[in-house]
Amino acid sequence: MIEIENVRKSFGALEVLKGIDLTVAKGEVLTVIGGSGSGKSTLLTCINGLEPIDSGRILVDGIEVHARSTNLNQLRRKIGIVFQQYNAFPHLTVLENVMLAQRKVLGRPKAEAEAEAVRQLNHVGLGDKLTVYPSRLSGGQQQRMAIARALAMSPDYMLFDEVTSALDPQLVGEVLDTLRLLASEGMTMICVTHEMKFAREVSDRVAFFHQGVMAEIAPPAQLFEAPESPDLRKFLAATH
Amino acid sequence: MFNYNFRWAQAMASLPRMLEGALVTLEVALLSMVIGISIAIVLTLFRLSGSRILSAVAATWVEIARNTPALFQIYMVHFGLGGFGIHLSPYLSLLIGIAFNNAGYLSENFRGALKGIPETQTRSARSLGMTPIAAFRYVVMPQMLRISFLPMTNQMVWAILMTSLGTVVAMNTDLYGVTSDLNARTFRTFELFAIAAMIFYLITKTVTLSARLLAARLFRY
Repeated sequence: MIEIENVRKSFGALEVLKGIDLTVAKGEVLTVIGGSGSGKSTLLTCINGLEPIDSGRILVDGIEVHARSTNLNQLRRKIGIVFQQYNAFPHLTVLENVMLAQRKVLGRPKAEAEAEAVRQLNHVGLGDKLTVYPSRLSGGQQQRMAIARALAMSPDYMLFDEVTSALDPQLVGEVLDTLRLLASEGMTMICVTHEMKFAREVSDRVAFFHQGVMAEIAPPAQLFEAPESPDLRKFLAATH
Repeated sequence: MFNYNFRWAQAMASLPRMLEGALVTLEVALLSMVIGISIAIVLTLFRLSGSRILSAVAATWVEIARNTPALFQIYMVHFGLGGFGIHLSPYLSLLIGIAFNNAGYLSENFRGALKGIPETQTRSARSLGMTPIAAFRYVVMPQMLRISFLPMTNQMVWAILMTSLGTVVAMNTDLYGVTSDLNARTFRTFELFAIAAMIFYLITKTVTLSARLLAARLFRY
């Protein structure tokens, strides 16, 4: 379970998170929508401790992410994150990309790491690209590799930060299909996205962020069909 | 006027000794690169550490290595340290002097290379649970060394040529030292130094060519 309690966060004078309260249960798929600068991506990077917070707290399975005593490297094994920029490691083959952290962080033996990497790469449809370097992959393939790389760490939670935003339109579908597959398998996921159709389909709940505040949260049918806040109505009107 | 008689045969008779010297030169250059690259990586980490003291140590090293003559640097290792009671052999003084110079230049190259590697690479590695050191070691450093490969080759060529500066610390087993000794005894100055220059040229050419082959082999991405 991920528990977010009254989290505040500023970059200089700009307050990007103004007291967020949110709980994500095991097995839940939460999508977060909202305009640029609404704080949704920042929240994800706070959850795995890449960004410090100013006040409040975030608990992952009861462990406080920003407590001094928390071993972040250990905690991050539970939480996979995939970014808008896919960040393939260019000097490693696809297979090596997915093996590296398994070997160096989890200390898995080579054969085991390789088997897991092959399994995850097959899972995302890259089973035929194992020995290729990322420069030979399309954006969509690189992004699916990044997803496999995170999944190979056997995380309990997956965070997706606008993973289709940097892709050519015709490549968006293949990445969303991968996310749908994960959701159907019961992975606990928080997806920050601009893909409304996707959000409507896969989510258990959808949260709308506006100017650092979680303005509305509801199951997709309710949120999309009967938006309560005027800001959300405006946002939905603009994205359709 | 021009009454110098070339005696190539006599000079060529010294070739085996000169080739032995060439081996010493190559050995010093190679070792100085291994040491130089290792120290340069440490200096780069100092600069990334965020510690002001460590950054200052690295910056000072780079400033001295790049802005004073290599000859002074070698001289200081031998006679400067000698003043403190640390007496090093000519071989060691030359090796340390060149390694000091290499480290300064290479660390600056590494710094430039790091600018070409997006911060998101580290971020991504960290998000997979890697420690800062692991992220550097397995993700950033390999890319840094690749980008710096050509400058490293250049520095290796410099290192080979710098061995001739060993003369200021009475180094006499390297190519320059051997040639100089032979010259003092035979005065076949032109022939001996022409041969030595040719050997230097062949060594550096071989090094640059093998570096190119090695790069093609190493960097397939």
